[in-house]
Amino acid sequence: MMERFDCMIVGGGHGGAQAAIALRQAGFAGSIGLIGDEPVIPYDRPALSKEYLAGKKSFDRLQLRPPELWNEREVVLRLGRRVIALDSSAKVVVCDNDTAIGYGVLIWAAGGEPRPLSCPGHNLSGVHTIRNKGDCDRLLSALPTSQHIAVIGGGYIGLEAAAVLRELGKEVTLLEAQDRVLARVAAEPVSRFYEAEHRTHGVEILLGTGISELTARDGAVSGVRLQNGTAIAADQVIVGIGIMPAIGPLLAAGAEATRGETGILVDDFCRTTLPDVYCIGDCTIMRDGPGIRIESVQNANEQAQTAAKAVCGKPQPLRLVPWFWSNQYDLRLQTIGLSLGYDQTVLRGNLVDREFSLVYLKDGAVIALDCINATRDYVQGRKLVEAHAHVDPALLADDRIPLKDIAIAA
Amino acid sequence: MQFTVKTRDGDLHSVEAHVGLSLMENIRSAGIEELLAICGGSLSCATCHIYIENLPGGAELSSKSQDEEDLLEASDYLKPNSRLSCQVVFQPPMDGMRIVVAPDE
Ligand SMILES: Cc1cc2nc3c(=O)[nH]c(=O)nc-3n(C[C@H](O)[C@H](O)[C@H](O)COP(=O)(O)OP(=O)(O)OC[C@H]3O[C@@H](n4cnc5c(N)ncnc54)[C@H](O)[C@@H]3O)c2cc1C
Ligand code: FES
Repeated sequence: MMERFDCMIVGGGHGGAQAAIALRQAGFAGSIGLIGDEPVIPYDRPALSKEYLAGKKSFDRLQLRPPELWNEREVVLRLGRRVIALDSSAKVVVCDNDTAIGYGVLIWAAGGEPRPLSCPGHNLSGVHTIRNKGDCDRLLSALPTSQHIAVIGGGYIGLEAAAVLRELGKEVTLLEAQDRVLARVAAEPVSRFYEAEHRTHGVEILLGTGISELTARDGAVSGVRLQNGTAIAADQVIVGIGIMPAIGPLLAAGAEATRGETGILVDDFCRTTLPDVYCIGDCTIMRDGPGIRIESVQNANEQAQTAAKAVCGKPQPLRLVPWFWSNQYDLRLQTIGLSLGYDQTVLRGNLVDREFSLVYLKDGAVIALDCINATRDYVQGRKLVEAHAHVDPALLADDRIPLKDIAIAA
Repeated sequence: MQFTVKTRDGDLHSVEAHVGLSLMENIRSAGIEELLAICGGSLSCATCHIYIENLPGGAELSSKSQDEEDLLEASDYLKPNSRLSCQVVFQPPMDGMRIVVAPDE
């Protein structure tokens, strides 16, 4: 007889794990199955480019819940198994080992896969990504015999990896195609600050660099050749140029996605257009949201809770105020809100002290803050973001005035 | 070594304590899932808020950093004995302590 779960969760990352827990907390009494293609129980993914890569935390300490808990909560884990197809009318998924599993409700939480480079040499041995534990372990096992590492992509993951690798004493060259790091997520002052910090720590940063190929020696990567002809030697190459949502089976089953298939469209309850199919986390785009994927632990958690409540007949629409963090060296970046579409920025504090915030405004309203070693602004700025507050930029710029003392005129 | 955790439903749980790990990690390993600890101890979420109710004589907690104070200050449920559990490392003199999970924000 075919195995069947009343609620099946696909993907054992942050979203999937929290969905299972939230279902039980909301009183879901049926069977729950969690199918994940990684061979390990759910763990804290952000640590991969931080404490885990640095060797500061063992895998045990990354587990989101202890191994026994899944059993105790009657969540059946099917690990090391990948879902390759979905039949939403028969309510069945097919796994890569050819087994079919039935469901009552499906929560798709498969996250994303690293976008590969498209140039020659992109799949040589020694070319790494950092998305899951397996990736990180491969990189870690190569490090002892590697001195020079090239990091391709100046987003959060690339920068975090560069910082850890410098702390481990490696030579690091970071290549970014845009004319500044963090170009997709932050404004120029933040980008320039991080470039300067990394250069001070000895990272060589090359901006505006197109890559023509990864070169090989004895079948393994030996370096990066740039479009301008420059050759950079590297024992290992880490590629961190973003993700592609893991939504193939949902698309094939007819779930509505954005144009360009950048994510599955979900409503405020994380429902897709397929019956009894929910989607959460990195592979979603909220229908009434900003139109981009929100790739964060917070979003995965909140969407998981939203979907779980809806499944349990206690629907509550999600109103996300995004937050995010990134640790590099002794710098803690904390972001509240979403800076997308800003038309003005205000600097609070000064860069030299390495404690400042950049406030993003749109049409005069505060929409986001990037806070660097400035937790107080991160905490107090939330209210301004939530209220879409219209604040005199001169007040925002005066870091002697706590943000909580700024009256909110919406 | 152990400490006691009172969850939001009023139940008491005895938690086996690992010295050198944070209270948050200890609570999480004990399978108490109402402590969300979303940021995994990165001092960015305040979803690991607890109250220290009873500390054995002689035990001392590490003092709060300014960042921890700032995060706690935003809580509607701040009390003098509030802490972020990811910021308190369990040490042997704390054996037998009692903590309470703060209400959900
Ligand atoms: C190195 C790194 C650092 C990060 N740092 C931060 C940070 O500091 N702060 C922050 O907020 N966010 C950070 N993020 C982002 C954050 O980890 C993600 O937003 C979050 O994990 C998304 O959760 P998810 O459940 O959507 O996806 P994931 O956590 O990626 O989980 C998806 C799971 O589904 C599995 N899967 C995929 N396809 C299938 C299939 N067909 N069948 C079965 N299983 C499948 C995947 O292997 C994976 O295990 C970081 C991410 C990475 C990779
Ligand atoms: S776990 Fe996020 S602040 Fe403690």
